Amino acid sequence: MSWESILIQLLNGLAGASSLFLVAAGLSLIFGVTRIVNFAHGSLYMLGMYLAVWLSGRVGFWVAVPLAAVSVGLVGFFIEFFLLKKIYKAPELLQLLATFALALVIKDAALWAWGPEDMLGPRAPGFSGAVNIAGSAVPQYDLLLILLGPLVLVFLQLVLSKTRWGILVRAASEDREMAGALGVNQRWLFTGVFVLGALLAGLGGALQIPREPASLNVDLRVISDAFVVVVVGGLGSIPGAFLAALLIAEAKAFCTGLGYSEATLVIEFVIMAAVLVWRPWGLLGRAQAPAKNPGFAQAPAEFPARKVFIAGAVLLAVLALLPVAAGGYTLVLLTDMLVFALFATSLHFIMGPGGLYSFGHAAYFGIGAYAAGILVLNKITTMEFALALAPLAAGLGALLFGWFCVRLSGVYSAMLTLAFAQIAWSAAFQWNALTGGSNGMVGIWPAPWLASKTAYYYLTLILCAAAISFFWRAIHSPFGYALRAGRDSPQRADASGIDVRAVQWAAFTIAGLAAGVAGSLYAFSKGSISPESLGIQRSVDGLVMVMLGGIQTLTGPLWGAALFTWLQDATARNLDYWRAVTGMVILALVLLLPNGIGSFFQKKK
Amino acid sequence: MLELKRLNSGYGRAQVLFDFELRLGAGEVVALLGRNGAGKSTALKATMGLLPLFSGEILFNREKLQGLEPFRIARLGLGYVPEDRRIFTGLSVRENLEAGRQPPRAGAPRWTPEKLFELFPNLGRMRDRNGVSMSGGEQQMLAIARTLMGNPRALLLDEPFEGLAPVIVDAVAASIRELKREGLSVLLCEQNLRYARLVADRACIIEMGRICHTGSLAGLDSDPALRERYLSF
Repeated sequence: MSWESILIQLLNGLAGASSLFLVAAGLSLIFGVTRIVNFAHGSLYMLGMYLAVWLSGRVGFWVAVPLAAVSVGLVGFFIEFFLLKKIYKAPELLQLLATFALALVIKDAALWAWGPEDMLGPRAPGFSGAVNIAGSAVPQYDLLLILLGPLVLVFLQLVLSKTRWGILVRAASEDREMAGALGVNQRWLFTGVFVLGALLAGLGGALQIPREPASLNVDLRVISDAFVVVVVGGLGSIPGAFLAALLIAEAKAFCTGLGYSEATLVIEFVIMAAVLVWRPWGLLGRAQAPAKNPGFAQAPAEFPARKVFIAGAVLLAVLALLPVAAGGYTLVLLTDMLVFALFATSLHFIMGPGGLYSFGHAAYFGIGAYAAGILVLNKITTMEFALALAPLAAGLGALLFGWFCVRLSGVYSAMLTLAFAQIAWSAAFQWNALTGGSNGMVGIWPAPWLASKTAYYYLTLILCAAAISFFWRAIHSPFGYALRAGRDSPQRADASGIDVRAVQWAAFTIAGLAAGVAGSLYAFSKGSISPESLGIQRSVDGLVMVMLGGIQTLTGPLWGAALFTWLQDATARNLDYWRAVTGMVILALVLLLPNGIGSFFQKKK
Repeated sequence: MLELKRLNSGYGRAQVLFDFELRLGAGEVVALLGRNGAGKSTALKATMGLLPLFSGEILFNREKLQGLEPFRIARLGLGYVPEDRRIFTGLSVRENLEAGRQPPRAGAPRWTPEKLFELFPNLGRMRDRNGVSMSGGEQQMLAIARTLMGNPRALLLDEPFEGLAPVIVDAVAASIRELKREGLSVLLCEQNLRYARLVADRACIIEMGRICHTGSLAGLDSDPALRERYLSF
């Protein structure tokens, strides 16, 4: 290990920081004015990459890069004009869901247009050589990128401070309503900001193509990196985004330079923890006013009537008697439904009564599944003990991640949950020795006495029914009251002596634990696990189940999970673009029922 | 100039204004007087389109305002200065003024930053200062100046004297009288009859969301029973 190699890594990190800064700056600008966190921002970056690779084969690199950026800006225009305009007044959660759904649609669009293979970009003509620095060859192109980051920062700062448009953007970021009362037409301001933000993301992606191939995994990696950057730098602050992008890229480069490339995931984490403790609103951020339209206006959940208990008992009895009549295939499907009912119920617990948005709940499902697999395959414990211990691992993960999430509110917390899920996914994907990497793990079978489909079905039924009843009970316990009070009015709850954060943290951990139960049950029922079990798609599935069932209902997650699992089983096999379909379904739900999907389902019941 | 007819408005399900009626003539300064919670601010916000109207009609220079978005109403020449001033604290004095700038309007006085710095000399001494480091009086002046940059025909002022030192009250009152001389119509909310007397031609008293008395300030001065009933003093 030499200083030279560290220096080289630092330069490499600086070059990477420029692209990351462009994405994070766009994300920050858009949030500042529209109060929408664009989950599809990484997708716009990815689109910039693909477009630039595709175009540079036709018009050459130096024309392709700006052309790709402008095209992505145009895509941004359409997104803003036809989608976001309709949801500016919708509850925060729906806005997040809509942009998230958009990310799914864009990914499948890229898959459709360019196929699943990575696409290698050309080198930049004129900058394809290397410069000798401290005895090592540093690509000229990296030096160009290092220069470009600060240039864009200066350009953005000039636009924001010297132009009328920039002044109006800053005014509207501070107080939209007042800007409107002064005669500022926010509509065009919003469109303009979104187009600029999209263009920056597209440019960031396009500039990256000489350094890495365009691939379909880029979107989530970039968005979670960008989330970490804006959380560290302060959402809404452009210089903050620059500072944080540098800090994180350099810290990672330093780890790599020292020869600990595995530590890069950890260092990101440590920086975030330090910043959140020291400056909860980011290095250069300002405290955010509470969201104007946070969750759904929820009626207090009433204690279920006697007939509900009777109906529950009947349902349970029917489920218990089913194996007599049903075949093996039905039992496997029912087992899946039960597992996902628990998964959805645990997610609903933190999203409904808890009011915390989780876009990465699959992390805990996956940790449970992987822990079970690792314990059994390495012969550390028997299957029975593994089933008992694995959820604890998930609970521990939720305990750790939850500490961060409850420290932030609303969109911040949502961004973190996604970033953490992405970190968990990367760990599972990369840690070959422990998790089997991209291949996953096979041969995770239950103990002999549980090996039959019927026996395993009963085990799942007992555990899931018990856990789900626990959640229902918890919602109507003093703990549940405290949780709901913290959701509806954090300040008042605080003033009444409720430690809102502690209550939310506990809820988050319990939900993670239960997701772990679902995950380990799932692992043993399938006999194998792959990184997909904690991928973003699984988190999306959970969200769709909760939304389908209705977020304001107690039993909604059950029906949502059952319906979704059945639909997926019946149709997913025949659909190449299942992701895009889920995305479209979410978008349709959000657009057609902008004032609350939950309330709609509530009325239907 | 401005005519509010049978306005019903409020927050969500809580109705605050009940068949609220008010007229503001050209070049007139009217004080809307009432106790805390009587509905003064609500009346201004509803006029400005910041609160939904349940029903009612608003005419401004014969144009209907109801249903328009706030920025459209502002662009028709109706200026609004909120009670809490809502200065853009991250922007300098100049930038705050720029944020309020609208094209010149026929039949309304035309303002420039220089002209406003004459009207509010304090602001002229801190052109590049950030809004965050200003006193309440300076913020109030900036809030009025910012709205004037839109070259309005009429102004809605929500408790412009609240929380100001007496000497600043006099300065702000002098500016409002100056605006009247320039030909602006002003509707201002006030709890304090003494302050209203500094600037207003006429007073309307609001109680429980309804107008319950309209008349000259002199009339109010000579009717202690009326004052006792609807005002705090």
